[in-house]
Amino acid sequence: MSAEKKVLLPSLVKKYLMAGSGLILVLFVLGHMAGNLQFFGPPEMINAYAYHLHHLPGAPVSLWAIRLFLLLCVGTHIAMAVLLVKENQAARPQKYAKQGFRKADYAARTMPMSGLIILAFIIFHILQYTVRNVPENYNETIGEATFEQAHGLPPIEYFDVYAMMVKGFSNVGISIFYLVAMALLCMHLTHGVASMFQSIGFRNEMWRKRLHTLAVAYGWFIFIGFASIPVSVIAFGHGKAYLAEKEAEWAAQTQQAQTVQLAQADNFKEGR
Amino acid sequence: MNLHLRVWRQKNVDTPGGYKNYELKDVSEDSSFLEMLDILNEQLVEQGEEPVAFDHDCREGICGMCSLVINGMAHGPETATTVCQLHMRSYKDGDSITIEPWRAKPFPVVKDLIVDRSAFDHIIQAGGFITARTGSPQDANEILIPKPTADKAMDAAACIGCGACVAACPNGSAMLFTSAKSSQLNLLPQGKGEKDKRVMAMVSAMDEQGFGNCTNYGECQAVCPKEITLDFIAKMNRDYATARVRNFFSKAI
Repeated sequence: MSAEKKVLLPSLVKKYLMAGSGLILVLFVLGHMAGNLQFFGPPEMINAYAYHLHHLPGAPVSLWAIRLFLLLCVGTHIAMAVLLVKENQAARPQKYAKQGFRKADYAARTMPMSGLIILAFIIFHILQYTVRNVPENYNETIGEATFEQAHGLPPIEYFDVYAMMVKGFSNVGISIFYLVAMALLCMHLTHGVASMFQSIGFRNEMWRKRLHTLAVAYGWFIFIGFASIPVSVIAFGHGKAYLAEKEAEWAAQTQQAQTVQLAQADNFKEGR
Repeated sequence: MNLHLRVWRQKNVDTPGGYKNYELKDVSEDSSFLEMLDILNEQLVEQGEEPVAFDHDCREGICGMCSLVINGMAHGPETATTVCQLHMRSYKDGDSITIEPWRAKPFPVVKDLIVDRSAFDHIIQAGGFITARTGSPQDANEILIPKPTADKAMDAAACIGCGACVAACPNGSAMLFTSAKSSQLNLLPQGKGEKDKRVMAMVSAMDEQGFGNCTNYGECQAVCPKEITLDFIAKMNRDYATARVRNFFSKAI
């Protein structure tokens, strides 16, 4: 008889938390992709979208509430993964000479590893496009753009997200890392989306194949959606003309500002 | 046929084991896998060596005693087959065969290829029964059960408790076993009364024994000699969730 293990969180509760947090992240990824695809519209489109995301009703409290909620989901997903993997490894202390597989596909067997690389990507991604100081300080190198508002309201000057995306993805290294991360996300989703239903009990032999097909289709849909952006910038130079035009404009603005500053300094000296 | 065997030898639970190689000649392809091991043991006894200990009983594929992992596959290369029903015609002359016991922390190796599966008994003791009075048999069809429900319960009850699901699962999870044993009763009117209590007790017993967690690989279903499906794990997940919710609110009354 083996010694009884102290159980703090039942195995199935861990699975529910994994599936629940996974579902929210799966839906977030879809929304995020839909937002990003506005990149293929006029620059004003995604710039206006970014402005409105940051100025939701009740901002900044509402914005931070959403961010904290997503962070909580990511945190739960990771914490459950760590607990589950630790227990699973402990349950098989002596390995087989060679473990045979009949059903488990590559995606299923590499979930912890793909998840870990995606986590590294998320951290980098937030530093690059949310904090905007990796690999360069976009807050300084990217200026503002104007977009019109509906109902005759005055136009708004706001940070040029479109230009930042073009600039960010013009870096081949970053684009490749982005594509690799999206491929791994696609793989992670092909197992995760189907597993989600099993973990909460909504799957049977009839639906198993359908849900697997749905998961694979969803994974590819997400991959193609996200990958299209760096590919369009790197391979087709999408938005590069706009970026060059804007950069020239901002350079002129900076120069003008400097001239004004110098003139003011001169006036100050002369006035003395 | 001639075979190169690589067999796990372990003196007892406290002594670390290791692989040992044996050459076996002139094995009939009509012999079963266990008969092949019998031939090996006769040869070992003749040479004055200790025979290989392995579990077996009915040799008809229904008792759930035989428990060998052959070349990394629980119960060998065939599907819906126990080791005792596997025949040497599945192999070729000159094949190398690695034979190991079930490997999982809750299944300690007793000797060579025999493991202690008491952990399964503890799960059954937690809720794999109904607490009804066992009097004289009642009249047939006194409790009406729809045929599809009876069929599903029978599919779950086909589990012979061999433990191949745990052996094949890379996580050493016993969820297929536990779900089959809880579902066979939860599906039927006789078991419904204690459904919530049963599923909660059996899941916590399963966790306490130190089994791993299901990650939906599907390896257990692929090796199960009785072809029990992951549907029962889904059912257990559902039953457990509703049991927890009902249990939570029942405290309020």
